[in-house]
Amino acid sequence: MSKYELVVGLEVHAQLLTKSKMFCGCSADSWDAPPNSHTCPICLAMPGMLPVINREAVAQTIRAGLALNCTIAEEAVFARKNYMYPDLPKGYQISQYELPLCVNGWLDIDAGEGTKRIRITRAHLEEDTGKLVHAGDVSLVDLNRAGVPLLEIVSEPDLRSIEEVNEYLSRLRQILVYIGVNSGNLERGAMRMEANISLRPRRSAELGTKVEIKNLNSFRAVRNALEYEVARQTRILDSGGEVEQVTLGWLEHEGRTYVQRTKESAHDYRYFPEPDLPPLFIERAWVEELAAGLSELPLARRARFESEYGLSRADADVLVGARATADFYEAAVAATGDAMTPKQVANWMMGDLFRLVKESGKPLQEASITPAMFAELLTLVANKTINANTGSRVLKTMFQTGEGAATIVEREGLAQVSDADVLAQAIERVLAAHPDEVGRYRDGQTKLLGWFMGQVMRETRGKADPNLVRQMLMERLQR
Amino acid sequence: MSTLSADQVRYVAELVKLALTDEETELFAGQLSAVLDYASALEEVDTSRVAPTATVLPLRSVMREDKVEPGLSVDEALANAPEKQDGYFRVHAVLEGGQ
Repeated sequence: MSKYELVVGLEVHAQLLTKSKMFCGCSADSWDAPPNSHTCPICLAMPGMLPVINREAVAQTIRAGLALNCTIAEEAVFARKNYMYPDLPKGYQISQYELPLCVNGWLDIDAGEGTKRIRITRAHLEEDTGKLVHAGDVSLVDLNRAGVPLLEIVSEPDLRSIEEVNEYLSRLRQILVYIGVNSGNLERGAMRMEANISLRPRRSAELGTKVEIKNLNSFRAVRNALEYEVARQTRILDSGGEVEQVTLGWLEHEGRTYVQRTKESAHDYRYFPEPDLPPLFIERAWVEELAAGLSELPLARRARFESEYGLSRADADVLVGARATADFYEAAVAATGDAMTPKQVANWMMGDLFRLVKESGKPLQEASITPAMFAELLTLVANKTINANTGSRVLKTMFQTGEGAATIVEREGLAQVSDADVLAQAIERVLAAHPDEVGRYRDGQTKLLGWFMGQVMRETRGKADPNLVRQMLMERLQR
Repeated sequence: MSTLSADQVRYVAELVKLALTDEETELFAGQLSAVLDYASALEEVDTSRVAPTATVLPLRSVMREDKVEPGLSVDEALANAPEKQDGYFRVHAVLEGGQ
């Protein structure tokens, strides 16, 4: 164990899922759009332009705040954050400063067997900047993204390891996607992170010098940058030096941080209330309405899956991973009724169904199979109309064709063979064809039973009731 | 009577990326000081019984519905740009630190 303790606080910028931008009617979705094709006089900062607040962006921010256990402000004010950079045509970013929409929340993360509470300082609403493409001594500016609503979530420095940081980010992403305020698509910049990191001797109560790392655009980048900084700062502290308070950038392709600004050249944003936007008074009735519309959050749902369906924490965790998956599971359990236990339904889902979904490369909700169809298949397995192997095959066909399980079983003649006479004949044929193996089995190589099972299954084209075959084979071979 | 120092003017100029000559610095120090003096008349008002506010207008909670409206074409957006390239605004590269 290192003699230093890592202390991390995170700022996460999450793009909200509105149709239009934060302060104008331009489309907020411009991933594939040509540069500067989603602009208007407002987001281009033409003189005299006046922004108007997007109500849905405020609603999504409040929902996120509620999901993160924040207090929702009675009064929220937008502020100008002044700085000159070409990605910001106004010369300032409209953000929130003294009176953000959401304050004093928390997020619980898994820590060993229990959970750890990470405090959220604030969650506020601001506008995104444009994109710059650096090309030699010029930069090319695309303002499609300028003005897209961005939710900034600031944690307290409560994270103590890179694993905790990763867990926090994964849980945060899961929650934001669950409540429908973020796409979770980090490859498209849906979440961008900044980390405040310091090291201190273990058992020390004082915080070390804080360094800020910017431009972290993936969870992997966060992990790599933190690992790099821990190593760098450990070397400095070990040699008796002092860590300098700086703002760093992260160069993903080179795997190193670089100094963007020193303390002396730190930004002076000159925040002041945005005179173009009247203050927001957030009515409690609206907050209550938004709270009532919030779905059950992942960790609460996981706990319920454990108690209600008797699932292990690991299985429940997988099933609540995405809301659509959890919804599918619950609908399938309900439709299967008493035919199968919820645990068996979970096994079928996490095994065969997830494999097919993964192979298809598309999410479950776009698959042609519904929970009711899945339940029909499971019921056919449960009542022994088909055996488990056939069930897997039928599921694959269902996935490909969108047909119902009963239809496929009927057409392809897949119903399980439980007729003892038919099975006995198949067994006789197998034993007659393999006298050597029969001899070895009778000499004590009882492991061959599985091999005989396989031969009988092949003889019946996979349709035999495996339990019955096993029982009949054992009896027959012992004679 | 407030007087801005030349250093204060240079600092503010740096924040807004303006390059000022020494003569301009002196000139603006005087002019900006006069502006501040003018505005400082407000400090004479007794506000001890007035709650702080971010606005003097009676408007509150003005919001619009989340609806996409047509904007400008790329050509219109770039019409005033001194320099452009491939549908982008083109500016001198601005990099921070030892990148």
